[in-house]
Amino acid sequence: MPDGKKIRVLIAKPGLDGHDRGAKVVARALRDAGMEVIYTGLRQTPEMIAEAALQEDVDVVGLSILSGAHMTLFPRIMKLLKDKGMEGILVFAGGIIPDEDVPALKEMGIRAIYGPGTPTGDIVDFLRQNVQ
Amino acid sequence: MEVATEERLNKEGRRAGPVLAKPRYITQNQSIGAKNSSQAIISPSLAESRELADRVLAGDRRGVARLISLIEDDSPEACPALALLYPHTGRAHVVGVTGAPGTGKSTLVGQLARESRQRGLTVGIVAVDPSSPFSGGAILGDRIRMQELTGDPGVFIRSMATRGSLGGLSYATGDAIKVLDAFGKDIIYVETVGVGQDEVEIAATAHTTIVVQAPGLGDDIQAIKAGILEIADILVVNKADQEGAERTVAALQLMLELNHQPQGWQPPIIKTVAVEGKGIEALSHEISRHRDYLQVSGRASLLRQHLAEEELWNIIRKTLVARIMDKLDRAELDQLIHDIADRRLDPHTAANKLIAQILE
Repeated sequence: MPDGKKIRVLIAKPGLDGHDRGAKVVARALRDAGMEVIYTGLRQTPEMIAEAALQEDVDVVGLSILSGAHMTLFPRIMKLLKDKGMEGILVFAGGIIPDEDVPALKEMGIRAIYGPGTPTGDIVDFLRQNVQ
Repeated sequence: MEVATEERLNKEGRRAGPVLAKPRYITQNQSIGAKNSSQAIISPSLAESRELADRVLAGDRRGVARLISLIEDDSPEACPALALLYPHTGRAHVVGVTGAPGTGKSTLVGQLARESRQRGLTVGIVAVDPSSPFSGGAILGDRIRMQELTGDPGVFIRSMATRGSLGGLSYATGDAIKVLDAFGKDIIYVETVGVGQDEVEIAATAHTTIVVQAPGLGDDIQAIKAGILEIADILVVNKADQEGAERTVAALQLMLELNHQPQGWQPPIIKTVAVEGKGIEALSHEISRHRDYLQVSGRASLLRQHLAEEELWNIIRKTLVARIMDKLDRAELDQLIHDIADRRLDPHTAANKLIAQILE
């Protein structure tokens, strides 16, 4: 069993859509890459996501959203993380996110955005390279 | 029950097998006696440990979360911080919840936490899920069934992976409980991984152990086998609205009758339907009753000593294995393993030879 520091990731589904297949596929891929993935289930409020990230002391938060509400929910999540002293945390997102929203999301600190069909290996590599 | 409890208390030695994870109690050149550290040279990590301990005692949630991670990762800051917190522990009531996968442990813990909050208690939850034996990764999903508790400032939930530990908990679970205790939580629920028959480590960690069963898992003979059922202070038949619940209760009753001791605590059987919140109040009442029993009967101080001894031996075992592994010559070890695999040498002789070399 590998020891020492493990990468801990919170995979969260903000908003009201009920589709978590993508989130589960990513969670499984990260698990297979040796990471500890906390999965919190559907319909999480920004407050619940930020508080779970704090209690679990994760290095990474992955947000999965298909409802189209990312431009309202994501800024709220980023602000709450910052308010709780977790501005150093790596946040990435996946799901259905139109290209035109990407610059604004990156501007607010979301480091990577993965659409449908992204090889999960890309996400694993990105996290390995970018978690301090 | 006294005798049965004593017997259970001494069983831990069985799982004394070597632990191949790197132990977290190796504190190279580090002073744990932090009380006198004003005279000692304060290393940067010791200063950090002190700051972390202060943050926990001041009620800083992020400090709590951070320290638990450092404990899990075997960081050198963890031990001195725990030493500073230790005098502030021992106040919380620790309730273990164990049982087979799918019996409803997470839902039950969520409901119990809610009930405790209604009674004005603050709550800590440590939920353990298994690490993959292949990748070392894990999916920790216990929070799914405790969602609305996340918004409650009186509740702190931490998910942990077993990281190679086999007894139903992780090596860091006991210390995570201490952090939540020092943090001021009144009651701490510890949910084990879904266990089979023999993962009884929780009984060496918790004050009150709840074993959860569900209908339809195994026949009557399962209930009279040794193992997990024997550690129960309280037996729960969850999903009691399902077919076969009465049969499960009857099987447990028979087991209790066969185990019957004239004196001491008699484990009650409580029926619950956790998803609907049914039976939770009764279960919560039994937890309080068991806590009172421990106090009034004088078992509480015996239990404290027992838990202290278990923990001490666990640390000694872990530390010794680590020291041995540190000193081992990898090439020599590989040679021994070859010899054993090829039947040139038996494993007992090999182990004794290695240990003798190192202890010299």
